[in-house]
Amino acid sequence: MSDLKRTPLYDLHVALGAKMVPFAGYEMPVQYSLGVMKEHLHCRAAAGLFDVSHMGQVVLRSEDPEVAKAALERLIPQDVLGLDEGRQRYGFFTNAAGGIEDDLMFANRDDHLFVVVNAACKEADVARMRAELEPDVTVKLLENRALLALQGPKAEAVLAEHHPMVSEMRFMDVATVPIAGAECWVSRSGYTGEDGYEISVPVAAATDLAKALLEHDDVEAIGLGARDSLRLEAGLCLYGHDIDDTTSPVEAGLTWGIQKARRAAGDREGGFPGADRILGELAEGVARQRVGLKPDGRAPMREGTALFASVGAHDPVGTVTSGGFGPSVNGPVAMGYIETAYSEEGTALFGEVRGKRLPVTVASLPFVAAGFKR
Amino acid sequence: MKYTEEHEWLRVEGDEVVVGITAHAAEQLGDVVFIELPDEGSTVSKDDEVVVIESVKAASDILAPLDGEITEVNEALVDEPGKVNEDPEGDSWFFKMKIEDLSALDDMMDEAAYKKYIG
Repeated sequence: MSDLKRTPLYDLHVALGAKMVPFAGYEMPVQYSLGVMKEHLHCRAAAGLFDVSHMGQVVLRSEDPEVAKAALERLIPQDVLGLDEGRQRYGFFTNAAGGIEDDLMFANRDDHLFVVVNAACKEADVARMRAELEPDVTVKLLENRALLALQGPKAEAVLAEHHPMVSEMRFMDVATVPIAGAECWVSRSGYTGEDGYEISVPVAAATDLAKALLEHDDVEAIGLGARDSLRLEAGLCLYGHDIDDTTSPVEAGLTWGIQKARRAAGDREGGFPGADRILGELAEGVARQRVGLKPDGRAPMREGTALFASVGAHDPVGTVTSGGFGPSVNGPVAMGYIETAYSEEGTALFGEVRGKRLPVTVASLPFVAAGFKR
Repeated sequence: MKYTEEHEWLRVEGDEVVVGITAHAAEQLGDVVFIELPDEGSTVSKDDEVVVIESVKAASDILAPLDGEITEVNEALVDEPGKVNEDPEGDSWFFKMKIEDLSALDDMMDEAAYKKYIG
C-alpha cells in the first residue's frame, strides 16, 4: 500500500487493532476488533467515533463574503446566499448534463464558507472551484486539519463533557468550539442517520482528541464497513454508487436539497450547471427514480443486482446501487434505481441473485428513523 | 481434522465426512449474515459450489472438497448465520457427505500443515 496516503490518525488506528484497507487513495480502517456488526449496533445504541480525515476540507474566502456565496451558487443548485451564519447545508456539484459530480456539505462561517467534499473527488472539486471562482474567491484545500465524526444517541453527552456549548447546537448548526485546547470547527451533523457531530480539528491535536473521546465508556471506534451499513440504513447516498455524473438530483430523490430560491420562479432561478435538465425534471418528472428496496428473504442483494418486474420478465426495470445487510434492521436492505412505473412503495419486484429471481419490495427510506436534534 | 486450501475443515465420522470452515476463514469473512445450504441427497463433484456464505462484506462460495453425496445439512445455520463466527470449528459445521474412498483425505493438510499454510 505504498502509494496510499495516511490520515493523521493512522498510528492510532493501527494501535487500536484496525484492519486497514485502501479507500479513495488512503489507507483507512474498515473495521476494528469489534467487527462491522457490533460497531454498527454500538453506534446506534451509544456513540461511535469515525476518522473522516480523508475527506476534503475546503475554505472559500472573498473580501466581501457575499461574493463567495454568489460564486458558489454558479456551481451548485443550492441557496447559498440565503444560508444564515452558523448554519450548514447539504449540496451537490452538478454538470452541464444535469448529473452529479460530487455531493458536499457547505457552511456559512461568517467571513468564509467551509466546504466538505468526498475524498475520491476532492482534487477534481478543488480544480472545479478554482476554475470557476478564482480570482475573486480564494479556494484553499486544508491540509492542516483532521476531521472526526462522533455519531450516536450518546454523542451529545460525550462531547458536552468537553464543552457544554455543543448541547445548544441544533441539527446542521456550525460553531467554533475550543475542545481539548484546540480550535475545533464543529457541526451538528453526520452521515449515519444518528444525532452527532463532525469535528474539524488541527492535525496537531487530532490524535489526542480522538483518544480523549475514545476513553469514554460509551464511545467505540467505528470503521468504514459499519459507516457504509449505517448510511445505507439511513437511506443516504454514497457517491460513485447511488449518485454519479449520470444521475440527476431529481432521479436521486434529492430535490429536498434544492431550495426554492434556485427553482423555477425563485429569486435566483437556475444559473447552475445542468439547470435545464434539473428544472425540467422538477416540472415534468423523471423516467427512473432512486428507491429503497427490502429483499423479502434473508439473502442480501448487492450493488449491480438486476431488478425485474416478474420472475419471467426478459428486461430488467432497475438495478441495485447499494445493498447489503442492515444490522439494525436485522435483515438485508438495499437501494437502487427503478423505472418510475415500478417505483411506488410496496411494489413487488424480483432481484436476480446467483441466477435466481428472489422477491424484493420497494420500501420507503430511511430503513431506520433518523435521530437528528432539529 | 484435515484441511483444504479453501480453508475448509473435514472431520471423519464413521463413513461420513463433516465439513465446515476454519476459524481463520470465519475471521477473514467477518460477520456472517446469510447461508444457503445444498439439498440433502444431492450428488456433488469436487470443487462444485455447494454453499453460499455472505458476510457483512461480501458473498463467497464453499466448494465441495471431494466427490460424494450430501447426507445432512446444518439447518440451524440458516436461521442464525452468526453462529459461524462464534464456533466455526465446532457446532457450526455446514454439511455431512458420504464419499467413496476415505483415503482421499490422506493427501490433505493436517493441523500443523494448515497452520503453516495460513502463516
